[in-house]
Amino acid sequence: MENKQELIHRLKEQIIKQLKLENKRPEDIGDHDPLFVDGLGLDSIDALELIVLLQQEYNIKLRSAEEGQDVFRSIDTMADYILEHSA
Amino acid sequence: MYIQSAYAVSPQGSFNELLENPAQYRGDRLTCKEPDYSKYIDPKLIRRMSRIIKMGAAAAMECLQQAKVTMPDAITTGTAYGCLADTDQFLTRMVEFKEELLSPTAFIQSTHNTVGAQIALMLKCHHYNNTYVHRGSSFEAALMDAMGLIGEEAAQTVLVGGVDEIIEKSHAILSRFDLYKKEGSTETLIGGGTKGTMAGEGAAFFLLNGNREEGSLAKLDAVQNWYKPTVPVATLIEDFLKRNRVAAGSIDLLITGNNGDARYGGQYEALQQSVFKGIPSVTYKQFCGEYPTASAFALWMAAHILGTGQVPGVEGPAPKRILIYNNYKQQYPSLYLLSAC
Amino acid sequence: MSKEQTVYIGGLGVISAIGNNVAENLEALVSGRAGMQAMQRLQSVHKDTLPVAEVKVSNDALAELAGLPAEISRTALLSAVAAKEAIADAGIELPAWRRGFISANSVGGMDKTEDFFPGFLQDAASGDLKMVAHHECGAVTEVVADALGIKDFVTTISTACSSSANSIFLGARMIRQGLLDVVVAGGTDALTRFTLNGFNTLMILDQEYCQPFDENRRGLNLGEGAGYVVLVSEAVAATLNKKPFCALSGWCNANDAYHQTASSPSGTGSLLAMKGALKKSGLSPEDISYINLHGTGTQNNDIAEGTAIATLFEGNYPPMSSTKSYTGHTLGASGAIEAVYAALAIREGLVFPGLRLQTPMKDLPFSVTTVLEKRKIDHVLSNSFGFGGNCSSLVFSRAAFNHL
Repeated sequence: MENKQELIHRLKEQIIKQLKLENKRPEDIGDHDPLFVDGLGLDSIDALELIVLLQQEYNIKLRSAEEGQDVFRSIDTMADYILEHSA
Repeated sequence: MYIQSAYAVSPQGSFNELLENPAQYRGDRLTCKEPDYSKYIDPKLIRRMSRIIKMGAAAAMECLQQAKVTMPDAITTGTAYGCLADTDQFLTRMVEFKEELLSPTAFIQSTHNTVGAQIALMLKCHHYNNTYVHRGSSFEAALMDAMGLIGEEAAQTVLVGGVDEIIEKSHAILSRFDLYKKEGSTETLIGGGTKGTMAGEGAAFFLLNGNREEGSLAKLDAVQNWYKPTVPVATLIEDFLKRNRVAAGSIDLLITGNNGDARYGGQYEALQQSVFKGIPSVTYKQFCGEYPTASAFALWMAAHILGTGQVPGVEGPAPKRILIYNNYKQQYPSLYLLSAC
Repeated sequence: MSKEQTVYIGGLGVISAIGNNVAENLEALVSGRAGMQAMQRLQSVHKDTLPVAEVKVSNDALAELAGLPAEISRTALLSAVAAKEAIADAGIELPAWRRGFISANSVGGMDKTEDFFPGFLQDAASGDLKMVAHHECGAVTEVVADALGIKDFVTTISTACSSSANSIFLGARMIRQGLLDVVVAGGTDALTRFTLNGFNTLMILDQEYCQPFDENRRGLNLGEGAGYVVLVSEAVAATLNKKPFCALSGWCNANDAYHQTASSPSGTGSLLAMKGALKKSGLSPEDISYINLHGTGTQNNDIAEGTAIATLFEGNYPPMSSTKSYTGHTLGASGAIEAVYAALAIREGLVFPGLRLQTPMKDLPFSVTTVLEKRKIDHVLSNSFGFGGNCSSLVFSRAAFNHL
């Protein structure tokens, strides 16, 4: 498994692509910035898109949208979750 | 009832362009010239929107801006095919990924009321909102609803639109129904004598107002449409004119929906030799192509002809009264009577 | 201002997972029999995990009932069966009147399109074009309108899950405007993989049987079906051989304008729709005898709808239930199926119980009815809310009708 910094960078690229954040670059997104509302301004539909991303790219399946609330707090929490749950 | 403002995203950039130098197309379809959407739509919303949603939202916003109305009393939309690109995206992925790993956005946007709903969301408009999806009379149904609301005094201003888009797959399927010319040209589309038409698309929105306001484009006197009528169309037209107390001779301009398909052109010509005899006439589908809500383009064109006094491709005095006659697939005749205001 | 004319409901027709006609549906509502089970007819990879409320009739048998070819969209077959029942129930001589057919659906003939697509994706020249001939929502309506011989006015509404509530009030408006005398109005939707997978991506499908308005609700079950009412003017009602079921006395269409799919926490759109419908009918909240909830069983809908009801009814709550606990969520058909149930509630004097309620929602000051209640029902409020913030409410009222 790659180290966390590499994972974070790749995750940012994947999120920009999946959510069509066309005017954002990976460096615009802070590792600890909130993804929803105040930070990147994502909403509940984006949360569902992120669940698909986790499954498609990392083979990690969340059971419910509620579970995503903790996982998707920031890029950092997402990376931690992926590292914990990758086989 | 008045058309206070009208705006179309269409294969023509603007009404001025239509007057001065209409865009010409070759092949079997016409494609919309899209505006700079950032003028109309918040970047946070735009990233998810497919083309038809952006076209519809931009046309609606420009229409409201021109009318200087921030909050219409109702929004009604007509679309025969709905959001094809989103439907196609979800359906294709569902087939290819065998019902796994599907993302929600395309599904959410695929519902037929998305254009009307996005406009409401952008405006934070809690008022009446309805979407009609009935083939060649989708726009007419939306317009009739709007006129009904104004007539009932449930609304004074209604934003009404007709939207439809072409996507690769829908075009491939519709082409198999033998609808289009293989090597068409908009310059020779009408009266070219060959079978088939050219496919078109567009989003036209109107702000309908129960009262005449400063800058209103036209008065909408009457609209009527039929579904697979058994009575000859000529009789329907005569009755319509009689009911609205209009002598055919008092109409300054007829706009017909002849789409250049030689299989049906004769029906338009026969009417021009009978009920429409002597009325100067123009066609419009060489400008927008054929699609189920194309009559919305004709209404946009008519409103601007009355607003400016100028007719695309024709020199002469400003028309004061216009009749539009469209008959999509010879099953959905519709008539619109407008006058200068 | 002269009093607006009364628009009556002279006939009912319905087909759903709990029955193929009005009598069977009523029997299931009275006996508390739900229609969901493991997927039988729809072919999907989710068939072992997602229960659905299917109509228990094959396309061949539906075609037989409808008098239409079996290869057309199931959405059209369901529609024809229910619409024909409604007209027969009204006992009306249609040709004598100016008549309309106003239908609704959410995905048209998608059941056929999704079978056409795999072959088409392989080769754009392949696939039987008959399978996409009824793809458009309006095409489904036309099959039925033509079978019924209705052409004075024919249209289709699609506002997601509120679609057929809108078609019903449009019919009433056109009668009041004096444009039509009789309108067969309602909606239809067949189960499709498209909608099943679509709702599945939203993670709002319950893998068990849904529990609307339960604290521990997990989501909705999709269903299929069709419902129609025959709306008639006062003049037509006077010619019928039976008393109308009730009148459609109020309606309102409002928009939540909050989010593409989710309802606002305060239920703004729901509240506006209910308030508007009451105002139109000239009633106050305390006049309502029963609320047929939109009640899908999702976290979001039920709290938004419940909050709006708490605001509007302020401590004086009528009995209410979600009949989606029987039929599942039938999308474009749901408003009309529930309109049929509202008319039955008035005629039979019944409050249909919600099924499977275990724990009432903690944040609401009321709970749904769980036992069949026999009582006089004067006015029913029926809610239908959909994607895109589309919210519509209808009010059905016992009609003072002295003709018979």
